[in-house]
Amino acid sequence: MTETAAEEGRRLTVFLVDDHAMFRAGVRAELGVHVDVVGEASSVAEAVARIAATEPDVVLLDVHMPDGGGRAVLDAMRRTHPQVKFLALSVSDAAEDVIGLIRAGARGYVTKTISPDELAAAVRRVADGDAVFSPRLAGFVLDAFAARPDVPVADPELDQLTNREREVLRLLARGYAYKEIAKELYISIKTVETHVSNVLRKLQMSNRYELSRWAADRRLV
Amino acid sequence: MRSAAITATAVPPPTRRLYRPREHRVIAGVAAGIARHLGISVTAVRIALVLLLGFNGLGLLLYAVFWAVLPLQAPTGVTPRRDLVLLLPFGAIGLGVVLLQALVSSDNGVAGTVGWLVAVIAVGAGVIWHQSDPTRRSQWTDGASQTPWLAAVVAESDRRSFVFRFIGGGVLVAVGVIGVLAVFLPKGNLTTVFNGVIFALVGLLGVGVVVAPLLWRTFSQLRSEREGRIREQERAEVAAMIHDQVLHTLALIQRNSTDIKEVQRLARGQERSLRNWLYKPAASPTERFSAALEQAAAEVEDTYAISVETVVVGDTQCDERVAALVAAAREALVNAARHAGVRTVSLYAEVEDDELSVFVRDRGAGFDLNAVEDTRHGVRGSIIGRMQRHGGKAVIRSEPGDGTEVRLTLPASRDSVAAGKENAR
Repeated sequence: MTETAAEEGRRLTVFLVDDHAMFRAGVRAELGVHVDVVGEASSVAEAVARIAATEPDVVLLDVHMPDGGGRAVLDAMRRTHPQVKFLALSVSDAAEDVIGLIRAGARGYVTKTISPDELAAAVRRVADGDAVFSPRLAGFVLDAFAARPDVPVADPELDQLTNREREVLRLLARGYAYKEIAKELYISIKTVETHVSNVLRKLQMSNRYELSRWAADRRLV
Repeated sequence: MRSAAITATAVPPPTRRLYRPREHRVIAGVAAGIARHLGISVTAVRIALVLLLGFNGLGLLLYAVFWAVLPLQAPTGVTPRRDLVLLLPFGAIGLGVVLLQALVSSDNGVAGTVGWLVAVIAVGAGVIWHQSDPTRRSQWTDGASQTPWLAAVVAESDRRSFVFRFIGGGVLVAVGVIGVLAVFLPKGNLTTVFNGVIFALVGLLGVGVVVAPLLWRTFSQLRSEREGRIREQERAEVAAMIHDQVLHTLALIQRNSTDIKEVQRLARGQERSLRNWLYKPAASPTERFSAALEQAAAEVEDTYAISVETVVVGDTQCDERVAALVAAAREALVNAARHAGVRTVSLYAEVEDDELSVFVRDRGAGFDLNAVEDTRHGVRGSIIGRMQRHGGKAVIRSEPGDGTEVRLTLPASRDSVAAGKENAR
């Protein structure tokens, strides 16, 4: 287990992957106040090489790029550099993009309309090992795991959300902050974070059957 | 007249493929095409063709065959009109050659005449073939909407000249066939009849050769035309959307660049409509619950210049009760937009088996429900009263300083949820 930046008492290192130079410049200017932006890349190949070289704490990852997109970067990096955390930052909030990136291993998903402060907070949360769930993402997850008792589930332990997790997601989707969820459900913030992390893990690990069913329901395949 | 050398330097041919160039043509561009392909002077080719006229019309025959077989060069920019004056010297030379041949060797009369007649038939068939080109015909029927390069082609072939040429080609073929018969019939012996039959067979074969590729070409051109039209339609749809929405919004943003609120409102509305266009299947707000909610959120966004973070899980069909739920949610959004004093409001809706629920939450000023006067109808009438009338429930939780949440729940009627689930599959 590598030490996090906060434990070492240094600034977070962040790497930007986006094919729009203007956008990279904007994010760098906004985030530079809070963290160290250690590198940028505009393509999948460049990103894979430079992330391996710089080993940042967090990678801000664009979803749509000409040569394969964020999914390709995640697939290439996750095996070799498990300590690098990925936060998807996209202009698209289509369900298949969001869920696809999370399943590939991103720790959170925010859209490009996010405010600089919120983005900095999201980066910090991802670096600390938490997941960043926007209300929209919570809605997609609830949709993806919608209980359908008439369809048999191959591995219920893995694929279903517990009632508590579902409650947490609902409150997230209703626009509650972690602190408010904790107050509402009479649990600690730490427990809320645990539930959210479990949801993320289930989302990433849920089996192919569930995924294909989810996609088929939305006529994605 | 331009020489081939100038042609080659002025317009280098992209590939050494045999085709009929659009520029530098006198009749159909056959001579220019051959000259360009072989890299020799176009004048030499033309003279050779004219001289070959003397050998039983061989030049004419060759020209007709090349004309029929060679593809026309793809259009590149503006095509100059052909210069018919160029035809005069070659016509004169050809006439001279034919007269000379007639004077020098009058003994091979029959064979020479037949050669000429076959050449005439070939030219007539060529004319018919080229005039029956379906794309050309569609261009003529299209009328006014022609691009400049088409105009150059069409200028010489409007509908009347098309009919004229078609009939002309037919007349040439008929004259040729009749001529062949007229040459051979008077002799009356077995050999000439046999020859006549063979010529008839050759004629039939010629017709087959003309018609078969014509049909094939007609079908393939119709097919490619249709594919092109579909592509064009898709492109036109995108272009129309961008023109109607994106460009107008950008223009408005430029004009209102000092009014930040207005710019944000415009950008938000444009973003929403582009997203819907790109990612969402079109659903009617009068039929689907999620579409109705999103429309209500969009209206509030546009009217009050706030952003509504809308999340809808599941979907169902709209009926009277669901419409009331949407109306109550809309009222809650309007209240949040007007009184909370915030930029963002959350709207979350979920469709469950037994219940529809909608949550509208803001982090704004909040208010004391008990302090609201009875005469104010916004909350009591439009939200609480409306939900009660339709068998639902509205709970408003608000603390001054901690924002407001309006929770609306509506028990689902069995059949509407079932129908909604069926539709979602």
